[in-house]
Amino acid sequence: MKLTKKLAKNLLKKMCLIRAFEEQADKSYMEGKVHGTIHVSIGQEASSVGSISALNPDDYILSTHRGHGHSLAKGADPKLMMAELFGKEAGYCHGRGGSMHIADIAGGNLGANGVVGGGNPMAVGVGLAIKMRKQNQVVLCFFGDGAFANGAFHESMQLVVRFELPVIYICENNQYAMSFPTGDEKTSEQLAESGEYYGMPGIAVDGNDVLAVRKVVQEAVDRARTGDGPSLIITDTYRRKAHSRSDRDAYRDKKEVKEWEAKDPILRFKKLVTDDDLLTEEEIDNIAQQANTSVEEARLFAEEAPEPALETIEDGVYAP
Amino acid sequence: MTTREIRYLEAVREAMIQEMEQDETIFLIGEDIGAYGGAFQVTHGMMEKFGPERILDTPITEMGITGAAVGSAMLSMRPIAEIMFMDFVTLASEQLVNQAAKIRFMFGGNATVPMVLRTPAGSGVGGSAQHSQSLENWFVHIPGLKVVMPSTPYDAKGLLIASIRDDNPVVYVEHKLLYKMKGAVPEESYTIPLGSADVKREGRDLTIVATSIMVKRSLDAAEQLAAEGIEVEVIDPRTLKPLDTETIIQSVIKSGRLLIVHEAAKTGGFGSEICSVIAESEAFGYLDAPIVRLAGRDIPIPYNRNLEYHAVPQVEDIVEKACDLVKARI
Repeated sequence: MKLTKKLAKNLLKKMCLIRAFEEQADKSYMEGKVHGTIHVSIGQEASSVGSISALNPDDYILSTHRGHGHSLAKGADPKLMMAELFGKEAGYCHGRGGSMHIADIAGGNLGANGVVGGGNPMAVGVGLAIKMRKQNQVVLCFFGDGAFANGAFHESMQLVVRFELPVIYICENNQYAMSFPTGDEKTSEQLAESGEYYGMPGIAVDGNDVLAVRKVVQEAVDRARTGDGPSLIITDTYRRKAHSRSDRDAYRDKKEVKEWEAKDPILRFKKLVTDDDLLTEEEIDNIAQQANTSVEEARLFAEEAPEPALETIEDGVYAP
Repeated sequence: MTTREIRYLEAVREAMIQEMEQDETIFLIGEDIGAYGGAFQVTHGMMEKFGPERILDTPITEMGITGAAVGSAMLSMRPIAEIMFMDFVTLASEQLVNQAAKIRFMFGGNATVPMVLRTPAGSGVGGSAQHSQSLENWFVHIPGLKVVMPSTPYDAKGLLIASIRDDNPVVYVEHKLLYKMKGAVPEESYTIPLGSADVKREGRDLTIVATSIMVKRSLDAAEQLAAEGIEVEVIDPRTLKPLDTETIIQSVIKSGRLLIVHEAAKTGGFGSEICSVIAESEAFGYLDAPIVRLAGRDIPIPYNRNLEYHAVPQVEDIVEKACDLVKARI
């Protein structure tokens, strides 16, 4: 797979957009503009962007509570996302879902999820629907290393193999399930080995290398599209920020955080594209600037957007 | 319409078959529903008829089965998930309660989940504590779910077809002891709107609101009471959510007395909701006696045959309570 200038630009654009969005989301939270909690994905941009860059526009994703990156990588409008974080009517879910439930159904994002492993069983159904309709689509189901321990993961793995479904499970191993150190217990390679037990390929990949992620996901997508069934991919990455806004981050060594900062997926990719003379410093700066501009536009849009009308509070519980 | 006598389980099966024949998006998923025919033979013969593409036999994965229904429903399929015993919805409830029920609302109305979860509840077959529960009221309490509980073969067919065509997640609660009950059912397809109660017997002295197997027992009790000159009105809500409150309120206004009968444990059971509906309605002023709830004891279902029998209301219990209630005064 040759890295073209166009592809390099696209990958960098998406990663910069996610970084800028997450930084703004964090800032807006601290300013009291975002209600509840948020889970930012700073440091995990290559995992979202590399994976989703292997999809066609009409493919599906299922996302997690740390899902802003997946959503943006799938093509969501930062304005509607930020408006959702601000709880506004103009948001993707009209302010009813918030950060943990952003869904862009028309864009193929079937939703973030507030329950760890909550999307894994749903992916079975998405895969079934695709297969029953004989459509040539696939679904990427993201989940975290925390979900590896729960029953939803185990049940879903059995069902996608049994029905030979076009589902790719992507475990983003960011090393911590809240404070629980999955990374100390099991390496990404060990997690990947479980794929074989269930009867599907299991591949661990450097989750901070956007091209490496794209390559393994592309291979899995090709297998799924040609009827060769599901795959399990572990993207080895790191959650640079705390789990959520309630987290004082008391359980991990600051040195470890620093080490991972040095492996920043965006810095790495910028170095690669400049070393290869694919993009100039100026082009890279422009891309970063564009990301900041669109996030600033999103913030302004969200700030100015109207609140949901109180008389609509009971709308949408049931379909007519 | 051509009507003939069939069993309750055949009515459930016929509803699924007729719907599947005219809508390719409908499929079944569950444990042992293929060659085995389902633990209670409800899906007998359906694998031969529709094949493994539409009758999906699974390993023991209640959460997976339910999630498969949720995910496919989001893509406009119409799955029917079978959970072998209602007790096992505990294992499926994450997907049912956190996902299916909430997706439409929390995604701002941009997605729907048109699925049915069918499951048999109830005691009386020696299943003991983990194969006999009636957990319907858990799901009544969850905004976003509908709860259906048929008591006759006719209702079973019409309500299931309506549930399959509904664009919301529906919990369809069958009863093990009703599976062999025979009744008149039209051969043709028909629907019973969700949210319409049925007056199973008219009477002026006392209103009984009963669900599932307790409708049959209440009708048997009403027959005995009639011999003693007590005319009982028996109302089956048929769907607990949405609930047809008006039919119940009007009956209580007429009779002035209300007995509620259900199998589920009394505390926090559906009877509490019916009581509240009446207490909050104009019917309250027409009550001639306090409302009485006759429900399952607040115990797990015991194994011993005699203890199991006495754990939930029987015909003689209903007769006794009804006799007391017609004499009672506020």
